[in-house]
Amino acid sequence: MKKFSKKNCFEGMVQGIFLLLGLVTVGCVLLVTIYLVIAGIPAIRKIGFIEFLFGRTWESTSAEPSYGILPFILTSIYGTAGAVAIGVPIGFLTAVCLAKTAPKGVRKIVESAVSLLAGIPSVVYGLTGMLVLVPGIRRLFHVPDGASLLAAVIVLAVMILPSIIKVSVTALDAVPKEYEDASLALGATPIETYFRVSVPAARSGIAAAVVLGIGRAVGEAMAVMMVSGNVANMPGLIQSVRFLTTAVASEMSYASGLQRQALFSIALVLFLFIMLINASMNFFLKGRKEE
Amino acid sequence: MRMKKLIGVLTVAVLSVNLLAGCGAGSVQGAAAGNSVQGTVSTDGSTSMEKVIGALGEAFEQNNGGMSFTYNPTGSGTGIQAVMEGRCDIGLSSRSLKDEEKAQGLTETVLAYDGIAVIVNPENPVTDFDIETIAKIYTGEITDWKDISGSTGEIVLVGREAGSGTRDGFETITGTQDICKYRQELTSTGDVIATVAGNPNAIGYASLASVSDSVKAVPVNGVSPSEETVKDGSYIVQRSFVLVTKSGQQLSDAAQKFFDYCISADAQTIISGAGVVPAN
Repeated sequence: MKKFSKKNCFEGMVQGIFLLLGLVTVGCVLLVTIYLVIAGIPAIRKIGFIEFLFGRTWESTSAEPSYGILPFILTSIYGTAGAVAIGVPIGFLTAVCLAKTAPKGVRKIVESAVSLLAGIPSVVYGLTGMLVLVPGIRRLFHVPDGASLLAAVIVLAVMILPSIIKVSVTALDAVPKEYEDASLALGATPIETYFRVSVPAARSGIAAAVVLGIGRAVGEAMAVMMVSGNVANMPGLIQSVRFLTTAVASEMSYASGLQRQALFSIALVLFLFIMLINASMNFFLKGRKEE
Repeated sequence: MRMKKLIGVLTVAVLSVNLLAGCGAGSVQGAAAGNSVQGTVSTDGSTSMEKVIGALGEAFEQNNGGMSFTYNPTGSGTGIQAVMEGRCDIGLSSRSLKDEEKAQGLTETVLAYDGIAVIVNPENPVTDFDIETIAKIYTGEITDWKDISGSTGEIVLVGREAGSGTRDGFETITGTQDICKYRQELTSTGDVIATVAGNPNAIGYASLASVSDSVKAVPVNGVSPSEETVKDGSYIVQRSFVLVTKSGQQLSDAAQKFFDYCISADAQTIISGAGVVPAN
């Protein structure tokens, strides 16, 4: 009896420790959220909500500063959309190839290459982009300078590939073999089967992969800072642009006063974007469970 | 058994040496405090001087136990004002004092010169700028190299991010504050140099100490930038970092000690390490 209660006590203790460790994460999220809201609200109130979100000029250090972040918001949206438009088709088709058609040896090699791509630090992407991609765009399009939204889009597209491929492959692998067997038995060709049966069956997983990619693209700062030129222009494809992330990162080191507070407000806007993306990912994953 | 004893003796020996060392350090600190140099030095002013004054303050605190050093990055104007009103010991200004400021009883001591090199790609044939041309380029009045040198191509303006000391210095010297039409705003000197090195039509600026062979530092008004030309004033894209004090008024012991340290020979390597040319 005594031994039994001792065991119970131990179990309880371990469970308590696990709960505590779990709460550390929750605590961190709460801390960041509360801090960002507290730090981000004052500047928005001072500048004015409409003027802050929809102002078209950002001149934080001039004699008469103006703090409009519409260029950053639009750049982040366009940049992410562009990266998704390039990255998703490539990533999705790679995933179908890996999960269904590729021979074992090829799959092994490609998968390790994808893992390697995922492990490359973003500053390396940025550096490569700066030294190869930016001059390349300059020569290809005969423009004076290659640091642009386009360069950032290409870098981001490559950066989101690994997450899209990995999650999509997992989703496609999880499709029961019976579905495909049934389709093949009915006379469908393998390609018809993959695209009409396997992919629809894995669609919520693939959607989650896309959302994960979007999240990564929106949140990336280092790599885009090195290739996008960082001028607060309204976005254009071959235009020097500044993203939400780089707006915070590039000015933080010297900022003071209202400028610093406004940077926190930008961070808050970025945070809301990420929350929205996470919420939609949860929605997709929940959809998959219910199926 | 013997072994154990030996270990025990050794441990005791090591411990006691440590203890003694601890005592020694303690007594030195005590002596320093007794010497009445314990105290704080407060500085206030230029944000551009953050790097150099931070390095000096850190070294000063390390050399003088018990002293504390504070730096308030407010801007040159505010720093000068703060000395005048006695709100800090030493003011920091990244420009020379104006005559009316000197007339109000302030003294300047040049700590260092911040030389800013105007850099272009090595392929660029341009051999000399005058300062008006630089201003015209950066404000977008001249947009093509054909108006300046033998080459053609749209000029790509590379600069630093808002708030950077180098940008502030460059724009102040060329009189282009807030009107520069940058194509790229980069966050480090290294990025500026790498970008200019990679684009034949780019022009940028960087602090003199970090310019490398991958870019060409262009002479301004016929004078090439170097430590000597910055120091003797012939290279004009430069500004002085000055320590501002009240004339005829004794600094506190701690502040005087810091001031002496800043202009001593020991401090010069630290000043060069911060990327500027020491004045003394």
